[in-house]
Amino acid sequence: MNCKKVILELTSYLDGALDASVRLDLEQHLFRCKDCRLVVDTTRKTIQIFCNSEPVPLPDDVRERLHAALIERFRRDSKTI
Amino acid sequence: MVPCLFSAIGFPRPSLGAHRIVSAIDPKPLASTVVRDDEAQLVSAAKAGGVAAFEELVNRYERKIFRLGMNITQNREDAEDVMQDAFLKSFQKLDQFQGNSRFYTWLVRIAVNEALMKLRKRRPSQVSLDEPLTGDDDSFFREIEDWGPSPEQRFAQTELNEILTHVIGELDPIFRVVFLLRDVEGISTEETAQILGISVAAVKSRLLRARLKLRLSLNKYFRRSESQ
Repeated sequence: MNCKKVILELTSYLDGALDASVRLDLEQHLFRCKDCRLVVDTTRKTIQIFCNSEPVPLPDDVRERLHAALIERFRRDSKTI
Repeated sequence: MVPCLFSAIGFPRPSLGAHRIVSAIDPKPLASTVVRDDEAQLVSAAKAGGVAAFEELVNRYERKIFRLGMNITQNREDAEDVMQDAFLKSFQKLDQFQGNSRFYTWLVRIAVNEALMKLRKRRPSQVSLDEPLTGDDDSFFREIEDWGPSPEQRFAQTELNEILTHVIGELDPIFRVVFLLRDVEGISTEETAQILGISVAAVKSRLLRARLKLRLSLNKYFRRSESQ
């Protein structure tokens, strides 16, 4: 396996979706190629950093307006039944 | 947390039949964190006119849909509109929901469409779901540097949030949406394809480019040499 093929298979590799034989080829390449190792490692960290980031809070006023809009819709619907 | 506004204003309870369905799932008050196994039952109850069942679906997913709207549009007012429109439309079109996918997937599809419409209004020529021309893939091999074990710990939380918001905002929307659905929301490749109306192969291709582009953008903040 060459560096270009590693990049093409990167997403499947990080998602654990590669066939065992392809994964073995890829990992043998990583053992030999420092550049690919760094690309794989920093791409994995990129995903982790976003996954571990603090969730966007839902502000109370935004939530209140959502629920008020829904209540208004429920009321309108119940009048039309 | 804001108390349940539906009950607070005395909105009439759902019909007895629908209420029984909801109560049968869990006799205690429904929490927003309950497992999703009962989602189909909640949807059935909501379809039968159960306001409490729809309320539970809203409570369960409102934070996720707001976060998705914020991440796609990068704007609080737009994210609020996206969230409201997504829930109002899902309520209005509940009869059309066939149950071929999870309700959450269907809701996300509505929210993504609303969010992309917001972006198109803002930048009509720049937001298309068509595949963009492929760039120079060799560029992904630029700037290959080690980040060290925990690069994000070099930044305060607020600063890190600003960096992440900035770099994801720089991503082309068609890549951004795929990355958010797959890697942030944890939606499967198949469901992401269903939501966006594209092939599984296209999802994988866009996800690869999104991840590599984000890696490149984060490199300037996280490379080990920056901290030395």
